[in-house]
Amino acid sequence: MTTDEREIRQTLAQALVSLAERDERIVVLDADLMSCHATKCFKEKFPERFFNVGIAEQNMIGVAAGMATMGKIPFAYSFAPFATRRCYDQIFISVAYSGLNVKIIGSEPGVAAEANGGTHMPFEDMAIMRAIPKMICFEPTDATMMEKALPQIADYPTAVYVRMFRKKAAKIYDESLDFKLGKAITLKDEGKDVTLIASGIMVERALQAAEILAEQNIGARVVNIHTWKPIDAQAVKESAQKSGAIVTCENHNVYGGLGSAVAEVAARECPVPMETVGINDEFGQVGKNAYLSEVYHITTADIVNAAKKAISRK
Amino acid sequence: MDASQSQSLTVKARQLRDDAIQTIGTFGVGHIGGVLSVMDALTVIFYSKANIDPKNPRKQDRDRVIMSKGHAGPAMYVVLADLGYFPKEWLKTLNKNGTNLPSHCDMQKTPGIDMTAGSLGQGLSVAVGMAMAAKLDKNPATIYCIIGDGESQEGQIWEASMLAGSRKLDNLVVMLDYNKMQLDGKVSDINDIYPVVDKWKSFGFYVQDIDGHDIGAISDAIDNAKCSGRANMIILNTVKGKGATFAEAAANCHSMTITEDMWRKETGRYDA
Repeated sequence: MTTDEREIRQTLAQALVSLAERDERIVVLDADLMSCHATKCFKEKFPERFFNVGIAEQNMIGVAAGMATMGKIPFAYSFAPFATRRCYDQIFISVAYSGLNVKIIGSEPGVAAEANGGTHMPFEDMAIMRAIPKMICFEPTDATMMEKALPQIADYPTAVYVRMFRKKAAKIYDESLDFKLGKAITLKDEGKDVTLIASGIMVERALQAAEILAEQNIGARVVNIHTWKPIDAQAVKESAQKSGAIVTCENHNVYGGLGSAVAEVAARECPVPMETVGINDEFGQVGKNAYLSEVYHITTADIVNAAKKAISRK
Repeated sequence: MDASQSQSLTVKARQLRDDAIQTIGTFGVGHIGGVLSVMDALTVIFYSKANIDPKNPRKQDRDRVIMSKGHAGPAMYVVLADLGYFPKEWLKTLNKNGTNLPSHCDMQKTPGIDMTAGSLGQGLSVAVGMAMAAKLDKNPATIYCIIGDGESQEGQIWEASMLAGSRKLDNLVVMLDYNKMQLDGKVSDINDIYPVVDKWKSFGFYVQDIDGHDIGAISDAIDNAKCSGRANMIILNTVKGKGATFAEAAANCHSMTITEDMWRKETGRYDA
């Protein structure tokens, strides 16, 4: 796998510019992190439609909600903990409960926050956003997916949360990607022993784990669930039926995250042995992605081990 | 505003107070204090100032009225019913199972409600966003937002006011229902917002400090606000429970039980 030539943040910002050229409802808000989100290109192109509201995320969400009542489609950016946890009640009441169409972009999920450490390292953002009724929760895998997802996110009539890795991710998809919000993507379908269901930066690791497992004569399917809510229940059922075991792989706390979302479907409709690779009820800390991945047990090797464990429980 | 208009609005405000006392009394309990303290301001806004159309409640260039102190929902409901946004019969359903009139404002349930509120401090940010969007679109709408004095203890109020002041949102008219009381007692005893005039001035607002029960003064203040060139704060010095003998006499009328005997005696409505 190669690293993408494009950053996800730049791709999103440029895609927003393109979209805004066609749709005057698009506006962008930030809380003093414009430079971190590469949205300067939007500000330069549409200075009157870009609002840096200062370091006040709760107010930013309310302002975005007010703009939504006036017919705008606001995209409100911050680092993921501040875009969700810091302003959770504002998102819950002023956006979701009010039925308003605000798009929330939370960047640097999980260990991607690296040197910013525990205060900036959300392992729970998708869990808390998933608990808001009707909230769409999406984590792009690479720049191509982000670009293809944007028009669908904008067209969706109510609130969407985007958990966005900012920089250059592993390039998983090319232009042939047929992306649909809420529809999982099966990246490897031949394995019969286990299905690795992954999201975000964990997709690359799941694909690597599948290769290692193949060398040991273990057949692993790989499915990318990018939309955690509403989850593609059919993809979960198919995974259980085809391989009889599931391992979820997430850069997030396993409590309330992708593992929980998959287990909610599997337990109800197709119970099979399941393991969850993710952060196990820990806070974040400073460190490089690779180091933190070792510390929190979300490496490729952790996925391989979890796969074997799940299979052994069949 | 001439004397006859002021007189007729005073009569209207009295009728709306009676409607509110009856509405909350019919349910049996509610936020009567903060409902009655804002009634004169709502009367002036809705019956003499706001560009609104009850037949077309979502028209794009309408003025917006955000009741950020969302527990004053019933004050909005009696006004909206009186103006014909929905049948007056709905008032009897306040807070009952399946109602369109919950105690806190809900834009998804009630025609004429421009924003949901109830978690305090949030409505002002929304009003600021509306004012910014209106400027972007060259929409002539005036955005009215009513906040509470207890609500002013929420940090979000000051986040929103800082942005409104710095952006000189002259299409924004914020009103503070300064009735000096909150759920647990006196605002000054719990976490005082004094000196509130200085606070809002320091945030860049054009501040007017008036008697919140003086129809003429409220009208003049709104007229002044529309040509101030700045974000506007009208401090309404009010009495919690104004116009209901039992509420004004109570030690704290933030929320209280109102029996049928109480509301009938207060309103003189023995046939309703």
